[in-house]
Amino acid sequence: MRRQRTSASDLVFRGGTGFFALVLIFCAVGIGVILWRDSRLSLHAFGLKFWATDTWDPVAGNFGARPFIWGTLYSSVLALLISAPIALGIAVFLSELCPHRLRQPLAFLTELLAAIPSIVYGLWGIFVLVPAVRALEVALPDWLRATPLFTGPPVGVGMLSAAVILAIMVVPFTSSVAREVLKAVPAAQREGAYALGSTRWEATKVALYYGRVGIIGAIMLGLGRALGETMAVTMVIGNTPQASWSLYAPQYTMAAVIANEFSEATERLHVSALIEIGLVLFVITLVVNAASRLLIWSMTRERTYPVVPAPIVAETTGVPTA
Amino acid sequence: MKLLSVRGWKLAAAGACVVALGASAAAQKMTINGAGATFPDPIYEKWFSEYNKMHPDVQINYQAIGSGGGISQISKQIVFFGASDGPMNNDQLMAAPGHLFHFPTVLGGVVPIYNIPGVNAELKFTGPVMADMFLGKITKWNDPAIKALNPSVNLPGTDITIVHRSDGSGTTYIWCDYLSKISPAYKGKVGVATSVNWPVGLGGKGSDGVTGLVKQTPGAFSYVELIYALQNNVSFGVVQNMAGVFVKASLESVTAAAAEGAKAMPPDFRVSITNAPGQAAYPISSFTWLLLYENPKDKTQAKAMSDFVKWALTDGQKFCPDLGYAPLPPNVVQLEMAQLGKIKVQ
Repeated sequence: MRRQRTSASDLVFRGGTGFFALVLIFCAVGIGVILWRDSRLSLHAFGLKFWATDTWDPVAGNFGARPFIWGTLYSSVLALLISAPIALGIAVFLSELCPHRLRQPLAFLTELLAAIPSIVYGLWGIFVLVPAVRALEVALPDWLRATPLFTGPPVGVGMLSAAVILAIMVVPFTSSVAREVLKAVPAAQREGAYALGSTRWEATKVALYYGRVGIIGAIMLGLGRALGETMAVTMVIGNTPQASWSLYAPQYTMAAVIANEFSEATERLHVSALIEIGLVLFVITLVVNAASRLLIWSMTRERTYPVVPAPIVAETTGVPTA
Repeated sequence: MKLLSVRGWKLAAAGACVVALGASAAAQKMTINGAGATFPDPIYEKWFSEYNKMHPDVQINYQAIGSGGGISQISKQIVFFGASDGPMNNDQLMAAPGHLFHFPTVLGGVVPIYNIPGVNAELKFTGPVMADMFLGKITKWNDPAIKALNPSVNLPGTDITIVHRSDGSGTTYIWCDYLSKISPAYKGKVGVATSVNWPVGLGGKGSDGVTGLVKQTPGAFSYVELIYALQNNVSFGVVQNMAGVFVKASLESVTAAAAEGAKAMPPDFRVSITNAPGQAAYPISSFTWLLLYENPKDKTQAKAMSDFVKWALTDGQKFCPDLGYAPLPPNVVQLEMAQLGKIKVQ
């Protein structure tokens, strides 16, 4: 009797949770299908050229996504380059070095950053960050401004501002996950390192190496967040569709152009092209996530000794990122 | 546990009663839904609430989702009326399931704004000069073309930084409509739409974004709605009109442009009044339109809506100046009344 009841409730439990898991798959597939269906007009008109064309001309009905793809990837990668060391520094300090009394308040403050709405970041960006970035841009020496990374007039809004604001928004995500990863490193690892006469820095290196898969996962989570960020970026990036290496150049991202033009787009082809941008963003997000999975998978495989907080790895990369 | 659940039931029952009451109250009231342009949203909201005070049985809801959304929703008959800052084109009208009327409701103007270090004077502009600036042909503030218009101002050699709207906007539509009429080169390279392919410059999001960029960027040149400039004390330049007079944008000069434009009003009201003739007309002006079906399905709503439009075009116009909109000239209102009579309310 008792056994039967348990198995019945287990069945319900399994069915219920399985159903919710299916809902998730259904949502992902549904988004893909709808994006594909509503962008057919543009898919037919431009085909694969859409990915490689630089023009975005709603008047002439000529659309290409290349500058937006470039802007999204470039700004996200730059944001990672800025945010990853900072986030790791925060995580290491909080988990390894921070005095006990400070730990909770500091952790709380970093996570608070994640709760600020992106429009607030955007306004802060316009009124505080952009003028500061402009001052920096003007102050850069001429020989540096001759390099391709810093060409163009120093107007403040542009790729640099976008990357900085994205980095600030990404830091709390990466740092809190990385902190959890470091917390999950068994004490024996550090104790072992100390027993061999390691300094604190060396023991930390051991912990970082031990948790490296999870830390990569944390960084990838940040990348996902950066790829899809819209409001804050559109307010500081300058919204000009041009693919350029220059950090000074105003550029554009996929999420930003959808947010900007969708509500007032009246021509069917224009609407369709915007939806295709959504499709491209969806595909790129999938590819980036799959690539980070592969990276983590290959790292887990080549390891010679079995350890590592594997469940956390799964958690960090499984979070929907855009 | 049991007690809690009983209380839960009571709560649910009470909730159901409230919902039922709300539904019965709503049944006596008529709700008309509309959607569209954001630019006239403040005056529309004012009209709907004022009209509701006089006619408590008529409740009009308006969603400011943008002109594109307004056109698409009225075409799919999701809403009873639409609103747009640019008139619908022929393809869009053909795609709609019924014949749609355009009703101009209020007027707006677009003004040039700038930030030149050391210059506080009110600058004068002409259409061709502004077109060349937006095409990237004039790149310095001390360009001879700008200097010739403003001989008394000491213009520096600062680079001109063009700022434009990045979001699709009726303001952009009006601005480009004017520059395209003035400059064939602009028409060929840029054209007219709510979003265009800008040859040069930075994109700011919304009027706030644009104004913020202009204030911060030395040498910036851009455009915003007159209503926005007036409410936020943004100083703006004067523009030469078709008659050769330099006119400062104001509610009066915008209405004057409409009065001139009305002289050649097409029967469907789809008219551009940029670069209007007349000494007093401000050249960068435009109507904003309500979109209504000639033969709507719901006749009671049709009657109520046509009564409302009648009121908005006459008594309702007195709310315009306070909110920064230019009221319609009387000759346009007269023409619209004739069209309003054609809506089938029975």
